[in-house]
Amino acid sequence: MSRLSLLLLVILAACALGLVTSQHQARQLFAELEREQARAAGLEVEHGQLQLEASTWARHARVERVARERLHMRPPEAKRLQILDAPPPGGSRP
Amino acid sequence: MKRRRSPVLAPTFPPWRARLVIAAATIALGVLAGRAVYLQGWNRDFLQAQGASRYSRTLEIPAVRGRIFDRNGEALAVSTPVKSIWAIPEDAAVATPDLDRLAAALGMPRGELRAKLTDTGRDFVYLKRQVPPEAAERVAALRLPGIHQSKEYRRYYPVGEAMAHVLGFTDVDDAGREGIELAYQEHLAGRAGSRRVIKDRLGEVVEDVVSLREAKDGRDLVLALDSRIQNLAYGELRRAVERHRAKAGGIVVLDATTGEVLALVNLPSYNPNNRAQLTGAAVRNRALTDAFEPGSTLKPFTIALALDTGRMAAATTIPVAPGSLTIGPATIRDAHPEKALTVEQVIQKSSNVGAAKIALELPRESMWGLFDDVGFGAAPDLGFPGEATGKLRPYKTWRPVEQATMSYGHGISVSLVQLARAYTVFARDGDLVALSLVKVDTPPPGRPVISKRTAATVRRMLELAAQPGGTAPRARIMGYRVAGKTGTAHKQANGAYVPDKYRSSFVGFAPASRPRLVIAVMIDEPSAGQHYGGAVAAPVFAEVMAGALRILGVAPDAPLQPIEAAPPALEVRESV
Repeated sequence: MSRLSLLLLVILAACALGLVTSQHQARQLFAELEREQARAAGLEVEHGQLQLEASTWARHARVERVARERLHMRPPEAKRLQILDAPPPGGSRP
Repeated sequence: MKRRRSPVLAPTFPPWRARLVIAAATIALGVLAGRAVYLQGWNRDFLQAQGASRYSRTLEIPAVRGRIFDRNGEALAVSTPVKSIWAIPEDAAVATPDLDRLAAALGMPRGELRAKLTDTGRDFVYLKRQVPPEAAERVAALRLPGIHQSKEYRRYYPVGEAMAHVLGFTDVDDAGREGIELAYQEHLAGRAGSRRVIKDRLGEVVEDVVSLREAKDGRDLVLALDSRIQNLAYGELRRAVERHRAKAGGIVVLDATTGEVLALVNLPSYNPNNRAQLTGAAVRNRALTDAFEPGSTLKPFTIALALDTGRMAAATTIPVAPGSLTIGPATIRDAHPEKALTVEQVIQKSSNVGAAKIALELPRESMWGLFDDVGFGAAPDLGFPGEATGKLRPYKTWRPVEQATMSYGHGISVSLVQLARAYTVFARDGDLVALSLVKVDTPPPGRPVISKRTAATVRRMLELAAQPGGTAPRARIMGYRVAGKTGTAHKQANGAYVPDKYRSSFVGFAPASRPRLVIAVMIDEPSAGQHYGGAVAAPVFAEVMAGALRILGVAPDAPLQPIEAAPPALEVRESV
């Protein structure tokens, strides 16, 4: 009788320790998850800001100004244009 | 044996003492039980809540508003986090040097800041909202008591003025106030969620208890707009409005094959990133919300009806002598009196008398029916806030003179978008297509309005109008055949036409052999000498059309020869 009690006691202690350990691990993993989620949110924000920046740099008014003033580009004259009959596969240009 | 009674053991206590002890113990037990019932029964919820508040916290999960992209994936509106700085005036005892530094960090006048901080009647006061993160960090570095920060979102519009009217803007709480932002508020808006967590002594979240409300980020939106065409149209319109010293202007570019709105430009415009200088006039999306008398741009519809019902053919001759027509008290006049014009020439030379005579041959029901079919008098249903329906009176109230003037676009009003859409009937073999501000994957089927043959005939007439000998030779572009119609109308004020205020317009499409784009241009009150649609609006149309066709890579349908200006004798001035 007392042996059984002892055995149960040992099992109980083991279970209790196991519970504590798993709880601890769960909390550690949870903290890690939280950190990663915060990082994901931060990266998403940065992505948005970079998109904004890209759009700002790619503003057509700016691109046109740079092309004209810095690169001295201009639309070709009519006599220098040549139109090919067969359209490239896919139809329109990108 | 008789036991000797010991005096020590003898029960010397009176019996009531035992009873007293028992009674006291029972009462004490009763009190304890009562207390236990009181705490665990009556007060349980309150106490559990108190306990939970010591370790559990409800956290807000912020949601981000969806981004808006143009059809090529370029970002047009993006929300990004900023801080708002707020204070509890009672706690905020800010010394003068700190106040100076705070004012500098926030970029606010010191007096205003001091006034806000000394207003102890309030528990909470925003010092400044939507502060950029760097400035917020500088404020945080001051470590002032009673000054707090919270996270907010602010929307940025990298394209600025050129797209302002279509996109609209959001308010300080990132909710849509105008334009697409308002029309697609449901779609774009995120829903902030919340969750309950357990925090430890250090304030770290150690366990997620329950998610109270799932956070939902707003969905992204891909518009039909092409920002390259939009910018092109904006630039050309601005140049034209400046050159003609006009009050306002608008351009609508439609893809005739899909009904997508590729560009929608209005002037005057505003910078949506700087909401300090918003005025009602600048914010108005005139092309959609303002209806105007379109003038001669409406003539092709009357002609189309006459052709469609078989009453006339393109070569039918209409006597227009002596260049004026009197109906009751009103007289309709042509700028260039002719003896007779064919139906084709009525469009080409934009004859009011011709159009009126054709209209008077038609039953008013069917004329109303056509106007109704092409979408006049009804909102274009883009889902945009405040779309104008225009004015199309029921035909029962039409008098003959009104029916005659309506044929050339007076006594009826439409918005620029309605006008552009109506022209898809000619550009698309007779059917009207539903418009869309968002990108369309499968083009919607059109609703047939006039026959294919009639549409082709009117297309040819409109092509003639945009040639030397017509009203708009300046609408021509190199490499493409262009078709379109000018409009010049007196503006109305207090119910009467003002003699020297005009509205010039041009609506057309190209390439005429297989129309791809419909462009409508309207210039309001050009006042630098010229006011004819053919001189004011048609050149803008030509610039935008040429650029847009090149951008879209549409194959030319005419030889690549530079356009020479038409001799003045071959540029017909239309009747106003």
